Amino acid sequence: MREAAVVSQPNPLQRIPGVAIVLVLLIALFSAIAPGFLSVANLSNVLVQSTILTMLALPMTLIIMTEGLDLSMGAVLTLTSLCVAIVSLATHSMLLGLGAGLLVGAAFGIANGWLVAILGIPPFVATLGTLGMAQGLSLIVSDGQSVVGIPHSVRDIYSSTLLGIPVPIVMALVTYAAFHGLLYHTRFGTYIFALGGNREALRYAGLSPNKLLIAVYALGGAMAGIAGLLMTARMNSGHPTAGLGLEFDAIAAVAVGGTSFERGNGWLLGTLLGVIAVGVLRNGLNLISMPSSVQVASVGILVIVALFLDGLRSRA
Amino acid sequence: MTDISKDAMMPPRSFLSQDAIQMFYRLLAALLICAVLAVLSDSFLSLGNILNVLRQASLTFFIASGLTLVVLTAGLDLSVGANVALSACIAGTVIHKTGSPALGILTGLACGGIVGLLNGVMVTALRIPSFIATYGMLWVLNGLTYWYMAGETLHGFPAGFRQIGSGYLFGLPIPVYLLLVFLGIGTLFAQRTIWGQEIYAIGANPVAARLSGIPVARRLLLVYAVSGTMAGLASIIFLSRLNSAEADIGESLTLPAIAAVLIGGTSLFGGVGTVFGTFIGALILTLVLNGMNLLSVSANWQPLVTGIIVILAVWLDMKTRRRAQ
Repeated sequence: MREAAVVSQPNPLQRIPGVAIVLVLLIALFSAIAPGFLSVANLSNVLVQSTILTMLALPMTLIIMTEGLDLSMGAVLTLTSLCVAIVSLATHSMLLGLGAGLLVGAAFGIANGWLVAILGIPPFVATLGTLGMAQGLSLIVSDGQSVVGIPHSVRDIYSSTLLGIPVPIVMALVTYAAFHGLLYHTRFGTYIFALGGNREALRYAGLSPNKLLIAVYALGGAMAGIAGLLMTARMNSGHPTAGLGLEFDAIAAVAVGGTSFERGNGWLLGTLLGVIAVGVLRNGLNLISMPSSVQVASVGILVIVALFLDGLRSRA
Repeated sequence: MTDISKDAMMPPRSFLSQDAIQMFYRLLAALLICAVLAVLSDSFLSLGNILNVLRQASLTFFIASGLTLVVLTAGLDLSVGANVALSACIAGTVIHKTGSPALGILTGLACGGIVGLLNGVMVTALRIPSFIATYGMLWVLNGLTYWYMAGETLHGFPAGFRQIGSGYLFGLPIPVYLLLVFLGIGTLFAQRTIWGQEIYAIGANPVAARLSGIPVARRLLLVYAVSGTMAGLASIIFLSRLNSAEADIGESLTLPAIAAVLIGGTSLFGGVGTVFGTFIGALILTLVLNGMNLLSVSANWQPLVTGIIVILAVWLDMKTRRRAQ
């Protein structure tokens, strides 16, 4: 247990530079070359657009800390977004829609956790399988069509403000606070560090690593459900391919944020900065009229560079 | 040369090896699916449909056979589908610009091979876990392809070139001959050459492989380059079969290829599996998807079924191996 505790200490001096330098460099670059980047309207736009990614990247951090991975998150988000759209359309109730999204997301999360923990299937293959399943279900429930005409109560979530702050940002901040509290100030958080660092210790302490692992994946699925509500609200519709590939932006944010893929070591604030870095990169490229394909490729390169640097650091 | 990896993984051989029994079960499963489909659908046993299944299976097999070598080393290549798309678009452009299919084929193979080599460099020199490195590569390639094509579609290729994917020789589709050739080459390479055996050894125990003097990094580079080149080959067959290329053709190819490898009995943990098994895996998967098609199940169901098959295949494989030990 002591070993796990030592490993789990985030080391800000070693970490802050990496992701902060990336963020400062990106902001400096786009301030120079992208007209309108530094305007208040654009920056708040970046933050609002980063909220969906925040909802995915925070639980992804916990999953990666357990030496796991969830490739299904984008496809599950797509499915939950469709569920929110379909249920709220049928019942005219935003809350029932959210409930449906949460339920379906958590079910996929539990399935992922069960495949990884109980059946022992490597996480990247188990979640690749559920990715296909969620993608297939999205096509089936929507019949490949957009779901339109959803109630205003859903759409308003994305556009309304609370005390002058856009509601999605409030939701993202509350989520961050909740994850921060969960990871650093509860026993469950300590167990998550142990899941990646020292799983045997958990067993000796009389805990069930399998149940904890399922809980971590279930949390990821449930968060995809909440993100699904935001996604549907943002597009004012449900679309069968809306969130595909978003898990990659989430993985990118986690990797850039300094969470290691190999040592069960995670840093939530780094992930948050990583989310903003990915958001700034996409927004800046957008402003200089780069097509979304170039944005996707850039995020890919960002991940590979971040992982390479992570590898260098772990060998140093 | 004894087969180190299998001796380590399997109990002593009886009259029939464990592997042979497993393969027999898979053939039986394929026959069973055929029997069910023959009962349920009138058109399943038609010559046209059977040739169609074989041609379809050969496309999956080309991608999956290179992937098999990667999985044998306990790695994974998630970029194969995106690699097919990029290679097809580049090869298509070259054919359009130069009018020379030969040059296009070479470019397609080279493009696939270079992408594979880059994957290998990330895994060996940069030491990034293979599934994450190739997943990053997937998105880089996707981005490049969409940017390069800018929403355009390439179509209309020389008739001679189109023969590769859609032509017949003695009544059999040409891709089926290519399948037999590459099945032979792949099996010989994996089972009968020292390099092939070294790949098994790396997958079974990378540390032992390195200590016994196998140049692990160079073999891994080779394996990823082969996987990329096979994706390049698949891109050529695709191009000549569809007579067109678009940026999104690779999106539905990776999961079926992985499914074929896993159904074929290649273990995700490395060191166990055969190229022939992957051929059977590609055949079983194609039969299932073809059957769904014949029974007029919407194509929307295909990712769901493929996803379930991937998970089932890994689970069954792990169960049988646990029992064998």
